[in-house]
Amino acid sequence: MSGSKGTMLSLENITVSFDGFRALNALNLFIEVGELRCIIGPNGAGKTTMMDVITGKTRPDQGSAWFGQRIDLLRLSEPAIAQAGIGRKFQKPTVFGEQSVFANLELAMAGPKTVWKWLNVRITPAELDRIDEVLGQVGLQELRFAPAATLSHGQKQWLEIGMLLMQDPQFLLIDEPVAGMTPQEIERTAQLLLSLAGRHTLMVVEHDMEFVRSIARHVTVLHEGAVLAEGDMDAIQADSAVKQVYLGE
Amino acid sequence: MAESVVTDVAAALSADRGGRLLLLLLGAVAVFVPVLNVLPGDASFLHISGYTMTLTAKYMTYGMLALAVDLIWGYCGILSLGHGAFFALGGYAMGMYLMRQIGARGVYGNPLLPDFMVFLNWKELPWFWHGFQSFPYALAMVVLVPGLLALVFGFLAFRSRVSGVYLSIITQALTYALMLAFFRNDMGFGGNNGFTDFKDILGYDLQAEGTRVALFVCTALALMLSYALCRYVVASRAGRVIVAVRDAESRARFLGYRVEFYKLWVFVLSAILAGIAGALYVPQIGIINPSEFSPVNSIEIVIWVAIGGRGTLYGAVVGALLVNLAKTYLTGAFPSVWLYGLGALFIVVTLFLRHGVVGVIDQWRRFRLAGRAA
Repeated sequence: MSGSKGTMLSLENITVSFDGFRALNALNLFIEVGELRCIIGPNGAGKTTMMDVITGKTRPDQGSAWFGQRIDLLRLSEPAIAQAGIGRKFQKPTVFGEQSVFANLELAMAGPKTVWKWLNVRITPAELDRIDEVLGQVGLQELRFAPAATLSHGQKQWLEIGMLLMQDPQFLLIDEPVAGMTPQEIERTAQLLLSLAGRHTLMVVEHDMEFVRSIARHVTVLHEGAVLAEGDMDAIQADSAVKQVYLGE
Repeated sequence: MAESVVTDVAAALSADRGGRLLLLLLGAVAVFVPVLNVLPGDASFLHISGYTMTLTAKYMTYGMLALAVDLIWGYCGILSLGHGAFFALGGYAMGMYLMRQIGARGVYGNPLLPDFMVFLNWKELPWFWHGFQSFPYALAMVVLVPGLLALVFGFLAFRSRVSGVYLSIITQALTYALMLAFFRNDMGFGGNNGFTDFKDILGYDLQAEGTRVALFVCTALALMLSYALCRYVVASRAGRVIVAVRDAESRARFLGYRVEFYKLWVFVLSAILAGIAGALYVPQIGIINPSEFSPVNSIEIVIWVAIGGRGTLYGAVVGALLVNLAKTYLTGAFPSVWLYGLGALFIVVTLFLRHGVVGVIDQWRRFRLAGRAA
């Protein structure tokens, strides 16, 4: 998976309009295997709509969206896209509040997930190991039996990333992971995301420029539904078009 | 598979104190009520009258209905305001069998047609009445009719992602539409009179003591089995998915769960339980008519569950029992205050007792334990 370069995601000429407003305007975006890509852009630039297209929530009016070489995302339903290996982390942490951290991860496990299979199933040692491993990755070992609702905001975000990891996704979409976090939490989140890159491909949408600078290798700027600029953080910040529309200079 | 289900049920119940207590209680009721009805003489203070036994049976069918609603509402978060419809359909399926059992003993003495059809001057049995002379067929219909209705209705609703208050409203509309339909004489279900004057079931006289005891025991067993089934479902991993759908539906979907199928499955299971409850209700109460479809009935079920304690299963049964006991007493003693009392109860529970009556007991127990520890 990692090492050998290939394209993980290709969006070509994607257009989405809502009542005449073009949320995405012939967007082209390509993400390589193992990359950690940050997406920035002002409000209304189309970031969320782009994620909606990738995860099957919104169907574009035109264009094509491919996952790897073979999977046409526009033909799959949301659960099928999740099963194919794309995990999405929402802006607001959404975890199953009444259930324990452990149970949250258990439910997030990869598998067939049909009612009949899940009705009469017991957890296997391999699955237990996997849950332990992910608990370690996101640093929630001590809280495994705590109801998810009692976690702090930052811990909920990590739990949700852990839930994505349980599915062994090839590609992770992460929407504003550090919004509302304390500086310490932001730092831990940066370490977590950096540790995931390579093994997984990540797309991070974030407003916090400090944070983006601390993790980004490659940044894409969206503006009015299309790519305005792409490159490393220094190049982006030097770009005059970007300065004009986004950095407000 | 069957063996592992049994061990799973046992495991689920071992973690369910309230449920064990309820099952124990129901087991005792299943034994002692019939015994005390049959053995002591009428004058003995230990004697339980036939009326009380039937009333208890009625409460138990309501308990089953409340269980069905708690499964779908308490665990899956789908507030159905139309579960009375599934109960009534199960009841009507059983009623059709009982009507066919009357045979030539009806007022008009027609061996094939129930009285109301003769009265309407019908010459032959409508096609959907065929088969109901057979008890197994009727039992199949008790399960299939509510189940299929829930399947079709739920498929359309959940696929279109109708949820929340919109779903509640259309379930209410469903039961209202069925009530209007069943009121019509030309539907072939006895119009506003419904079915009554049943004679016997499986050849046994419905008025006979033995039959009534057998029906009572069946009802208690059905409630106990339904309870064990519901507990098994909610304790399974599928049950945790159902709760997950309730708490964060979109998250469950993005984790790869076909949320609509999970909802549909619980909805159908819940409808079938309600249908079986209805089928047990009719032969003991002796009548079924379209008022069972009345929207108010369905709302009342929700109130039982809320008062007992939503999302606990045993709380639903307790709520159904408590509210109906109060109803039986109050509608007798102060007929005019009952609805106000019910309304006030609902408001108090919603505002102050989020986990219902069993929630209060639970809190009190924890409080006492904490006191002892300190």
